[in-house]
Amino acid sequence: MKIQVLGSGCKKCKELYERTQKAVESIGLDTQVEYITDVQKIVEMGVMSSPALAIDGKPIIVGTLPEIEKIKQVISDHISGSDTKIDGKKCSC
Amino acid sequence: MNIFYPIQLLADWLTYTVFNIESETLLANAVNFFIFDTIKVLVLLSVIIFVVSIIRSYLPPEKIRAILSHKNKYVGNILASLLGIITPFCSCSAIPLFLGFIQAGVPLGTTFSFLVASPMINEVALVLLLGLFGWKIALMYIVSGLIISIFSGIIIGKMKVESLVESFVYQSTIKGNIDLPKMSQKERIIYARDYTLDILDKVWIYVLFGIGVGAWIHGYVPADFLAQYASADKWYAVPLAVLIGIPLYSNATGIIPLVSALTEKGVSIGTTLAFMMSVTALSLPEFMILKKVMKIKLILIFAGIVGIGIIFTGYLFNMFL
Repeated sequence: MKIQVLGSGCKKCKELYERTQKAVESIGLDTQVEYITDVQKIVEMGVMSSPALAIDGKPIIVGTLPEIEKIKQVISDHISGSDTKIDGKKCSC
Repeated sequence: MNIFYPIQLLADWLTYTVFNIESETLLANAVNFFIFDTIKVLVLLSVIIFVVSIIRSYLPPEKIRAILSHKNKYVGNILASLLGIITPFCSCSAIPLFLGFIQAGVPLGTTFSFLVASPMINEVALVLLLGLFGWKIALMYIVSGLIISIFSGIIIGKMKVESLVESFVYQSTIKGNIDLPKMSQKERIIYARDYTLDILDKVWIYVLFGIGVGAWIHGYVPADFLAQYASADKWYAVPLAVLIGIPLYSNATGIIPLVSALTEKGVSIGTTLAFMMSVTALSLPEFMILKKVMKIKLILIFAGIVGIGIIFTGYLFNMFL
């Protein structure tokens, strides 16, 4: 799983990066949180309002700075969500 | 009934009873004015920013882009200007917005309409205008701001200046339609609350300072003091006001209360409006940042067109008001 925090260096972006790292740690995931500051890359992901959080390339949080609990929740949701998606793919094959 | 009447009662009570200042004195006048205006503006700011933030949670820039990329030019310019009202703007968001719009296929002229309207017609400036000048002036500001941003965008679109945009901008194209995460009603309210507190935290000191100096001017500077320099028949007042406004962006919130007091002392209303438009729409830090994505010539064209629009508006109001 790829977790990325997108932001061009504002205070809130750094805060989201720190909160996300803490969230990942407390869930016990073995993933590095990537911090993307290149505006072109951020824009290419379809995001214009920072800070944003993307999981596996898909923006999940855009333009807001949520509490750690919420970040943990979206990450866990994604873990269980992506499992079902893989199952779904298997079925359609 | 005046909805601010309770605030006036509170201001009277604080001035004459709590601080025990003798009424009808200059000091009482200034203190009363300061308390009344400060409370009124802070209440208005909280309510209006909250409401605008709720609306904005339904229309983030990503969604606005999706709307604008499908519109023809004129409709696009009008929509971009209208949507610019609810979008907050700081110079740090100029580049992502510009790249994101252009690379998703929003025309250059439409993008400029948005870039002009977004900082010029923002809710903080509107609250201060509404609170300190009344709804008529606030409305005039919105309408002329919209006209300036719509036409600046149309003119820039017609000039075919795409070659003055840095070439890397057009080298990538992106999908302008991403699935945005859904927000629950509760999340919208939390977002709006946080945003309101955030803005209040940033501007309250400027508001206090601006109203404080304004209250002093209101109480101590003789009426018509500035009329000899800045009344409507002085041709240079409007362009001068616009020039002074360019480097002042970061303090827009402090400047409006100040200007409101100056208007009482003889600065004409067209000059005042032109000054405030220049403070919000023509921002030196934003120009410096835009240099990353466009040639200086295009920034000058952009500033020139908007500047001329503002000066024209200033003269127009000076003539008819």
